[in-house]
Amino acid sequence: MDRLLDVHALKTEHLGPLDLALQPGELAQVTGASGSGKSLLLRALADLDPNAGEVRLQGEPRDNMLPVQWRRRVAYVPAETAWWGECVDEHLPAEFSREQALHWLDQVALPEASLRWEVERLSSGEKQRLGLVRALLNQPRLLLLDEPTANLDLENTKRIERAVRGYLAEQDAAALWVSHDTLQRQRLGGRILTIHEGQLESPAWT
Amino acid sequence: MDLISLSALDLSLAALLVVALAGLTFWARMGLSRSLLIAGARTVIQLLLVGLILQTLFDNAQLGWVALMALVMLAVAGYEVMARQQRRFVGLWGYGIGTVTMFISAFAVTVLALVTMVGPTPWWEPQYAIPLLGMLLGNTMTGIALGLDRLTQTVWRERRTIEARLALGSGWSEAVATMRREAARSGLMPTINAMAAAGIVSLPGMMTGQILAGAPPVEAVKYQILIMFLIAAGTGFGTLGAVWFASRRLFDTRERLRLDRLKAGRQT
Repeated sequence: MDRLLDVHALKTEHLGPLDLALQPGELAQVTGASGSGKSLLLRALADLDPNAGEVRLQGEPRDNMLPVQWRRRVAYVPAETAWWGECVDEHLPAEFSREQALHWLDQVALPEASLRWEVERLSSGEKQRLGLVRALLNQPRLLLLDEPTANLDLENTKRIERAVRGYLAEQDAAALWVSHDTLQRQRLGGRILTIHEGQLESPAWT
Repeated sequence: MDLISLSALDLSLAALLVVALAGLTFWARMGLSRSLLIAGARTVIQLLLVGLILQTLFDNAQLGWVALMALVMLAVAGYEVMARQQRRFVGLWGYGIGTVTMFISAFAVTVLALVTMVGPTPWWEPQYAIPLLGMLLGNTMTGIALGLDRLTQTVWRERRTIEARLALGSGWSEAVATMRREAARSGLMPTINAMAAAGIVSLPGMMTGQILAGAPPVEAVKYQILIMFLIAAGTGFGTLGAVWFASRRLFDTRERLRLDRLKAGRQT
């Protein structure tokens, strides 16, 4: 089976070199002490920090794609989402399917009207859920989720987990999920990649 | 009308006023007297030196000397732009962005004005070229320094927003557009305000000088209008260019935000 993500000798100032591969539909978890390099790994894959090494998505080398194309296919969602406009819909991609938007909003228990809500009045949990939805509207192949449920109660946490699982199955996409929560780790399942001082400890190849 | 020449006694009387002010601040323990006296002394020394240099330059009007003087002025203005940045670019860029854009805008506008509008013979006649360039450089310098400082400060503060936009698939230019607009605005505002208030709030310095020197007010006004337009153009093009180059420099070829290209802010 073709790998969805293929990483060889990825290296940044404080990370790697490390190898990593993900299959279509796969969700792998990233754990490690704080400061071990979990977020750095996600940022390097999203190409937000300078990095060296070979990264391929669906067999295509990253360097063949424009940065903009790459980041639409590889969605980095930080724990603290950033908002710059006044209204939620200013933060959506220029083109997206309305139907998809409604579907994912429904999955995270938000009404259609939430797209017209004022950013000022969003709770941190709403920001986090809308942050995931706006990232999914680009229809990325790879999700890089950095504690995507950090500000959510258990009910909404489980909604996000189901939504991401559903997205991966539907789109044959893959996800790297950084989590600190042991119970969440058990619920999510899948491979667990442990990072220690910028290196992957557990076998990362499948 | 002839210019009334000032004698050393006239200047000494004016200096006495500053000394009196220094005495008053000393007596009131305001801690200003020392800086006042030093600044006053610097005014005398620096201006006398410039006067001597200009006199020599006018007596030996050669293109080479005029160009040398212009380059020295540019080098000092470039340093001044750099020194006014809280977070300047590391390496040569810290000096280069301001200096190169000032060279392009202020020099181009000065040469254009000399050749097509003022038209002295030769076109680089120092009596016209040096004061024109000086006024343009001085204003362009302020605009560029303000614009660059605002740009790097806001980008630093808004780095999470910029990276969020990049992560969602925006290009670098779109991700930094708001900060660039704000920076250009703060660089251009002083010039726009000066044009809008000219003659109402205060009489511009150059015009005042020409009137004191005996020029008919209408002639002085014409020069002042010319200068203000030149300053607006030089400052505007220079600031827009500097802000654009700097914002481009904040991203690398893979469109990553590279704040490591800025020095950490000074602790003041």
